[in-house]
Order: sequence, then structure tokens, then C-alpha cells
Amino acid sequence: MSLLLQIAIVLLLLGNLAMLAARRLEPRITLVALQGALLAALLLLAPHNGGHLLHSLLLAAAIIAIKAVSFPLLLRRTLRKVSFTPHAVSASKDHKFAVLAGMAGLIFSLWLETRLPLAQALYPPLLFPAALTTLFAGLIMVVGRNRALGQVMGYLVAENGIFLLSMPLMVESSTWFELSLLLDVFVAVFVMGIAINHINETFESIDVGRFCSLRD
Amino acid sequence: MSAFATYCCSLIAALVLAPLLPGIINRVKAKYAGRQGKPVLQLYYDLAKLLRKGAVISETTTWVFAAGPTLSLATTAVALLLLPLGGAASPLAFQGDFLLAAYILGLGRFFLILAALDTGSAFEGMGASREAAYSALAEPVIFLCFLCLAGLGSAEQMPMSLSLSSMFAGAPALAWTGSRPEVFLLPLVIFLLLLVENCRIPIDDPNTHLELTMIHEVMILDHSGPDLAFIHYAAALKLWFFSALLAGILVPSVCADPLAQAGLNILAILAVAVAVGVTESVMARVRLFRISHLLGGAGMLAALSLILTLMR
Amino acid sequence: MELFLAALGLLAATAALMAACSLFPHAPRMARFSCVAGPAGVMAACVCGLAAACLGPWDATAACTLPWGLPFGSGRLELDALGRVFLLPVFGLGAVCAWSGGISMGHEPAGEHNLPAHWLFYTLLVLALALVMAARDAVLFLLAWELMSLSPFFLIEFNDSEPSVRDASWVYLVAAHLGAVVLLGLFALLWQAGGSSAFFGGLDASPALRSLIFILALIGFGAKAGIAPMHVWLPEAHPAAPSHVSALLSGAMINAGLYGIIRVLTLLGPLAEAPAWWGWTLLLLGLSTALCGILKASAQSNLKRLLAYSSVENMGIMLMGCGAGLVGLHLNMPVIALMGFAACLMHMLNHAAFKGLLFLCAGEVLHAVHTVRLDLLGGLQKRMPLVGALFAIGAASIICLPPFNGFMGEFLLAVALASGVSAQGMENQLGLLLSLVGLALVSGLAAATFAKAYGMAFLGEPRTGAASSPHAPALSGLLPLFVPAAACCGMGLAAPQIFSALTTALPLPVSMPAELADGVRGNLALAAAVGAAAALLTLAVVLLRRRLLAGATQRHITWGCGYQKGTARIQYTEASFSEPQAEVFARVMGVQVRTHMDRGYFPARASLDVSAPDRLRSRLYAPLFDIIRRVCDACKIIQSGRIHLYILYMLATLLALLLWGFAA
Repeated sequence: MSLLLQIAIVLLLLGNLAMLAARRLEPRITLVALQGALLAALLLLAPHNGGHLLHSLLLAAAIIAIKAVSFPLLLRRTLRKVSFTPHAVSASKDHKFAVLAGMAGLIFSLWLETRLPLAQALYPPLLFPAALTTLFAGLIMVVGRNRALGQVMGYLVAENGIFLLSMPLMVESSTWFELSLLLDVFVAVFVMGIAINHINETFESIDVGRFCSLRD
Repeated sequence: MSAFATYCCSLIAALVLAPLLPGIINRVKAKYAGRQGKPVLQLYYDLAKLLRKGAVISETTTWVFAAGPTLSLATTAVALLLLPLGGAASPLAFQGDFLLAAYILGLGRFFLILAALDTGSAFEGMGASREAAYSALAEPVIFLCFLCLAGLGSAEQMPMSLSLSSMFAGAPALAWTGSRPEVFLLPLVIFLLLLVENCRIPIDDPNTHLELTMIHEVMILDHSGPDLAFIHYAAALKLWFFSALLAGILVPSVCADPLAQAGLNILAILAVAVAVGVTESVMARVRLFRISHLLGGAGMLAALSLILTLMR
Repeated sequence: MELFLAALGLLAATAALMAACSLFPHAPRMARFSCVAGPAGVMAACVCGLAAACLGPWDATAACTLPWGLPFGSGRLELDALGRVFLLPVFGLGAVCAWSGGISMGHEPAGEHNLPAHWLFYTLLVLALALVMAARDAVLFLLAWELMSLSPFFLIEFNDSEPSVRDASWVYLVAAHLGAVVLLGLFALLWQAGGSSAFFGGLDASPALRSLIFILALIGFGAKAGIAPMHVWLPEAHPAAPSHVSALLSGAMINAGLYGIIRVLTLLGPLAEAPAWWGWTLLLLGLSTALCGILKASAQSNLKRLLAYSSVENMGIMLMGCGAGLVGLHLNMPVIALMGFAACLMHMLNHAAFKGLLFLCAGEVLHAVHTVRLDLLGGLQKRMPLVGALFAIGAASIICLPPFNGFMGEFLLAVALASGVSAQGMENQLGLLLSLVGLALVSGLAAATFAKAYGMAFLGEPRTGAASSPHAPALSGLLPLFVPAAACCGMGLAAPQIFSALTTALPLPVSMPAELADGVRGNLALAAAVGAAAALLTLAVVLLRRRLLAGATQRHITWGCGYQKGTARIQYTEASFSEPQAEVFARVMGVQVRTHMDRGYFPARASLDVSAPDRLRSRLYAPLFDIIRRVCDACKIIQSGRIHLYILYMLATLLALLLWGFAA
């Protein structure tokens, strides 16, 4: 069990780096979907202290349904709708720095774990830094990408990180809290999807750099 | 059978069987393409033929041109001597021998580059320039892999954790089935390095007809006769060197009989050749400027592996 | 000590003789005399000095006091192990460069240059360097330092008819004196804390003051050593100076900066109690200096500029060794400390050997072809085989290929850094190991750089007419070059012995376990043995090849892939050789490409110019000095030139002081 958990965590870290390194939106959506599935696997593999197995299974199913299936479908649909140039590649310089920033985030979170005795007691090995790195990766994507869709994915990844961070703290009642959080994000992405559509129609692009023209 | 005797057997096997690896790769590629392909022993025939021939040497060249192939062969052989073969430690092993191995391979490469520049040909200069740049970029990635294995050895309280003989003695093969899944990234990185250092397909195409797109093969356009034989044999030995690195990570020491263990390692090396053949068949060559991205990605994976190894 | 004093005396006498000769600058006989007597005096003194440094047990310390007329300070000289290690390149390279310089300066027309003055300043430079390494008093040290900083100015300005040379020597002078200002502050603080101007350990200072002294030492001595942001004078000064001077500056003078840093570290009390960030600062600064130096070197097209940047790189490697040593002491890992400091000193000695050799070879090329621009050279290996072979030895040493000497120092440093795997704390482990990865990148890039330097200058077809018919130097002119070449080969094989000698010179606490040094020594011996085995195996393959090829070789033109009319112009040039790297490291290398092309259908002329100017100079220092100039200009308002206004200023000052006095 612990070996499987460790493999899943390493895969999660690899996925984060791959997401930061990916140059196109399409494979990044696939990676987001995979990360959703991985999240469900992590939830089932992590040691439960007192939690109900049924609840975990239900939650895992919900996560797969929302994060691994519906979000990616939604994102893909939006991408198809908005992209005039579906294979637009952003400058490679950003990616180099994004991956390096991701590595720096990983090192920082590993260091933080050694400084936080609470984290070591609460989380299985590596889960805390992996979760924190996921959060960082999401934020880096929000900051570093200049297409609105990329930013939405960044929010999603950041939310995945928060979910992982809260996982060991989860007792029965907070399962519902987590579910409501998921719903929140669902609504947020939905709104984002509509907003992106509008941005696209207005600016004929989803490049947020164009917002500069709104300045007086 | 003593460890030393096993080592000697493995060394002889390496020196004799090395030219088999390019043959296997070519045969796998041919099968993939639905062709019959060259005989597996083709390189042996080529070497025998080339060694009997004379050489045509460019008027421009000096002794440096002849030094390239000879040094390349001698240094690759010495580097092989530092490696644990067939699961037995090298008799020359000492703390930090991985540096010596890396730099001694660098010595051969440096003079091969100079030999290419010595001809004064535009094409060979091109190959030399690329070889110099990409091998410089590959160097830190190799070191990351070595250090990751050293970290693993040091965590498991191995004596001489900084020597190739403890890094590639089969410990990682069992470590990743324990609770160190990150070690499994290393074989991937080393496989990529094997492709880079031995100029295999996603990096360099040894069979193309366009000199403009090649790296290694274009450097040796002017070598002929025994010189070319030395280069081919050295390249085969280098391929064996990197395959043995992979085998050293992937093959656990399971057999009680050292000879059986050595046989297992050789089988693994041949399997690596098959894997190279498959990779060459299913992949296209990447554009030149993407090679640095590829190496950067490999470096990131190796760094991730190193960080996680140190973490535990 | 007597031998050392004799060396100093000989140097002083030679300097006096040269000063007398320089009063008659245009007499051809005087010039010829100075080119024989000057080098001869320096060489005799250097042999004395080498004997003083090498003879006797390594850990013995000799001392004496020179007569001293000043009211403060004293003339205290001391030879300890650290100082003696640093004296080796000074005297060794001083003698070799004087010999080589004597031969090459003998060909200069007497009327154009004041040759006796040149030898005067050369002698003064060697004298000052010897004094710097031996001085044990702040005042004496600073005086020697100033002499050492000033004399290269006159040496660099040898060809002062060229504007670029004048510019270079001014850049050097400014850099040297900005560093000297910082050093004044440093020694004032030391004086204040220690209570006397004499150097002694264990001074009574607060941690903050110690750190301030450390930073001042890093800036003041770093400017001399050529540490990363302060290296701008090196690539200007070395190409401008005559080659034997560049060799001495690069192989011996910049070491004085390193010496200063290590000496101040030993003065600051027990190193094991130094704060952790000192070691890390040195390590990271060294790594960035090395990376920056080698990347800039690989972009250069002027051979001597390339060598100058490579000196920056090597200084970075030495600094990394020093930093690794400090970190090792802090982590309580004696193995890292021992190998780190030993790597620093060993690389310093090795660097003196190979960089001296390379600069002297570049001088021979300059003498034979009248240019060191790589894009105008080529094919020199065939036309100057001996110089080519010597340069190849130097290049193989500088890129740390076994069994040459460069490898041994870098091996020690790399093993020291790799020993970080068993350090405590992940951040320490990662810091050391990732530095090693950076070092690997540096050495890979160095290989590419020197493949370019040797390949473009010596291999292929000559790119210009001058390169195709060089004035090949006579064997007697090349004799001095054999000394550093022999050192490059010999010091590689004798690395274990050198390491043992160096262990007594390290700034380490005495409680170093002996078996540790024995283990390292054993590893070095094995590395040297394997390197020698590789050389022997090569020899065997060479013999095999000769046998296989007996009589069966033909000569033909280079295979041009079907094109038979190739000329030397279609060869790969130095700029195209480094293009793949320039693409990856564009930001650091800063390669500028300028193309001029006719826009018409039949372009008559086209030109491509690739250069890599130092952007630190143009982007950081030029604006900085511009601001200073403007501030100074603004202050000129009060300088009206009218005398009564000046009297008014005095009156105002007096009044202000009086008021201040009453208020206080």
C-alpha cells in the first residue's frame, strides 16, 4: 500500500513538472485529467484514521467524475470553441523558467516539511511536499501563462493542491465540506468558461495581454 | 568462482560481444520495417575488412587526425575497466572513480572532435561543433544520475558510495521496489543519455544520407581503414558501457552463482540493444535545437530523483 | 629565509640596474643589454626564491624583520606553508616568463619602446608579489600591494600607440585602485580590532565586524582575483599586454587575490566557527564566476581574450574549493574541508602551469602571424608543429583531462563536493551536490571552448595568407615553454606527493585525522595510475595502427561530400563552432551578430561580424561611472575660480564649525 502511495506521489510530482513544461494546451488538459484521477487514487491509498471506507469511495468517485471527466471535457470544448490556432505554442523561454520555478517550489516545500513537525506527524512521507508543490505549480501556471484557459487550469491545479493538503485533516463531516468546495470550483470553472467565451468574442483572442487595451 | 575471475570473464565478454550490439539494433530496426536486414554479425565483418585495408588520409591533416581514433579506442576501453561488470566490482574501484570515468571518456571525445576539425572540412566542423555543445550539456545530467545513485548508496550505508562499483552493483534494482519509486526515473534518464552519447535516433541519425543533419557520423567522414575500424569498435564499446550502466541499475543480484549473474547481466545488455532498436523504429529524429530541451527535461527528471532520494 | 632575502635583494638590484638603464631609452646597445641582464637577474632571483620556498620542511615557518623607517607598521616578513605555496607560481612563472620575454623582446626595435623600463617594472612586479606573500604587517602589505597593482599598468601599456591598449590599461588601473580603496578600509578595521598593524590570528571582534571584514576582503581581493562582477578588467588587460606579461599576470598575480582572501580568513579566528553563509557565499560566487567566465570565453574570437576569460573561470573553480572547505568545516566533515582547501591550492598551482603555457603559446602565435584572432588563423599545427603540440598539452590540462595536472585539482574538488551525500540536512546535501553538477557543466563547456581554441587556431586549412606562411619560431625561443609543459605532465603524475605537501599548508584546524589524508592520497594515486595506463594503452594502439598501416596510406584532399573545389573559406569558423551553445546560453554569452548586406539583386559586398562584448562593462559599470561623473560635475558649481568666493567659503566653514562647537 505504502509503495503504491509513493508511486502515486512521484507520478503526481512528475505530472506537475510535465504540466509546467507542456507547450500546448491540449496535452496540458490531458495532464489535468490524469491528475484528477491520481487524486482519487491518492485518496484511496492514503492511510485513513477512523474514516469510513464508503465515504472515501464515494468521494473518490465524485472526484473522478468531476476532475478527471467533466472538467477536462469542458476545457476541451472551450478550447475548441475559442482557438483560432489550436496548436499555438507559447514562447519556450517561459517554460524553462516555469519548470525551474516548479523545481524551486519542490525544494522549498521539502525544506518546509523538515521544519514543520506537525506535517511530519500528520502526513504520510512526501505527501505534504507533493501537495504544496502542486499548489505552487498551479500558481505558477496562473502567473506564467498568458492565455485565459491556461490560467483556469492553473486554478484547477492549485485547488488540487489544497485538496491534497486538507486530505489527512478530513474527518467524516468535512467530507461534505470538501464536496461543497468541489462544487464551488465547478461553478467557478463554469463561469470562467462563459467569461472566456465572452473575452474571446470581445478581443478575438484569449490572450490576457490584450486586457491592457482596457486601460484609459 | 571468485569475483575477480567473474569480472575478467565479463570484461572479455564485453570486449568480444560489443560489436554485436549495433548488429542487434539494426536487425530490430529491419524487422520493424519488414525487411530482412543485415546479418547480426555485420560489424565483425566490417571490422575485419577495415583492419586489413590501407587508409586514405587528407593532405590537410596532422598527427591529431590519427590521434582521434586511437585515443577514442584506448580511453573507452579504460573507462570500461572502471565499471563493475557482470555484477562484480571493478578491481580498480575507488572513491570518486565515476569522475575519472567521465573525464576519461571526455578525453577520447575531445580528440575525436579535434580530429574532425583537423580535416578542415565544413561538414566535419559542423559535426564537431554539435558534438562539443551537446556533450557539454549531457555532462551535468550524467553527474546528476551518478550522484543520485551515490545518495542511495550513502543512505544504505554502503562503503565507497562514491564509486561506480557500488552505484551499479544492483542495489537500485531492489531499492525501487522498496519504498523508493523515484529511483525508477533513473533508468529512463540513463537510457536517454545512452541515446545522446551514442548518437542514436531521436538525437542523431547514423544512417541518414544528409551530412548536414548528422552529428557523430559526419565527424568521421574522412577516417578510413584501421582508423575507421577503431572508431567503430570504440563506439560499440561505448554503447556497451552505457548499456552496462542500465543493466547495473535494473538487474538485481539474485543468482548465487556469480557466473549466472554475469550471464544475466549480459542478457540485460542485449535487451537494452533491442530496446534501442525499438526506440529508433518508433521515433522520429527531433530537430537540433530541441536536443537541449530534451536534455534539460532529462536533467529535471534526474534532479527530481536526486532530491527525493536525499529526502528519505 | 636567507635565500628568500637574497632573492629579494637580487630583484631589487636588478630593478636598480634597469632603472639606471632606462635613463637612456633609445640606445640600441642599452636595449639589448636590458633584454639580457633584466631576465637574467629575475631568473637568478627566482631560482633563489624557489629554493627558499621548496627547501626545508613544509610546516616550518621562518621569519625576519626588514629595517623600517616609518613611524607606524613594521617590516615583518614571514614564510609559512601557505605563503610558500603561493610563492611557487610567482617565482616559477616569473623565471619562465622572464626567459621567454627576454627572447621575444630581443626582437623588438629598440627605438620604439623603452625596454629597460619594461624590465624595471617586470622586476618590480615579481618583487612586489614576493613581498605580498611574505608580509606580516598591514602597512608593508599595502605598500607591496600597491607596487604590485601599479607595475602591471606600465607593463600592459607596452604597445601604448594603440588606443585599445591605452583603454585597457586605464580600465586595469581603475579596477586595481577601487579594490585597493576597499582593502584600506579592511585593514583599518583589522587594525582597530587587533590593536596593531601586525597580522596575527584570533582577533577580538564581534561577529558582525568579522562578517564586514569578510565582505570587504571578498570585494577588495576579489577585484584582483577577477571574481564575477568584478572581472571586467581581465579580458581587457590580457589581450593588450605582451604575452609573457599576460602569462605572469594570469598565472601569478591574480592568485594574490585568492591569497588575500585565504589569509584574511585565517586572521578572522578559528574557521570552524565561521558563520555558515561565508562558505556558501564563496561556493556559489565561485560557481557563478566559473560559469560566467567559461560561457564568455566560449563566445570570444580573440585567443588571448578567450584565455583571459578562462582565467576568470579557473579563479571561480579555486574559489569553489575554498568555499567547499569552509562548508566542510562548518558541517564538521573534515573530508570535505581537507579536499576542498587542497583542491583550491592544487588548482592554483596547476592553473599557473597551464595558463602560463597557453599564454606563452599565444605569444608565439602572435609573433609568427601578427594576430591572435581565431577567424584569421588555422593550419598552424602543420606549420608550427612544436607550438601546436605545446598548446595541445596546455589545452588538455586546462580542460582537466586525465592524466594531465588540471584533472587532479578538479578531481579533488569534485570528490569533496560529492562527499556532500553523507552530510547532515537536505539543504546542505543539495547545495554541495548541485554545485558539483554546475562544475560538470563548466568542465563540459571548457572542453568545447578549448576544442574551439585549438581547432580553429592550429587545425584545418589556414584561413588567411599570413597564417599560411608564419615565421616559425626557432627551437631556442621555445625552450622556456617546455618548463610549464613538463609541469603540466609531471604534476599530474606526481599529484599524490603534491597533495601531501599541500596538506600542511591548508588553513585547517590541526586535529585532522591522518588516515583521511592517506585515503585521499591513495585515490589520487589510483587516478594518476589509471591515467597513465590510458596513456600506455594509447601508445599500444598507436603501435598497432602503425603496423596495420605499414606502407598502405595514400594522401588525398579532404573529402568534401562530392564537392571537390572546396577552399579554406568554407571551413567552419569559430563563431559557427560556438553557435549551438550561444543559442542555449544566449543571455549569459551575449553574442552580437551584425550583418551588412547589399539589398540589391546582385549583392556586391556582404559581411558578418560576430562579437561578444562584456555587457557588465557596458550595462553596469559604464552607467555607474556615468552617474558618478554627473554627480561630480554637479559639484563643480561651487568651483567658480574667483578667489574672494573661496575666502567666503572658508569664512562660512569657520562660522559653521563655531556654531556647531557652541551647540555641542
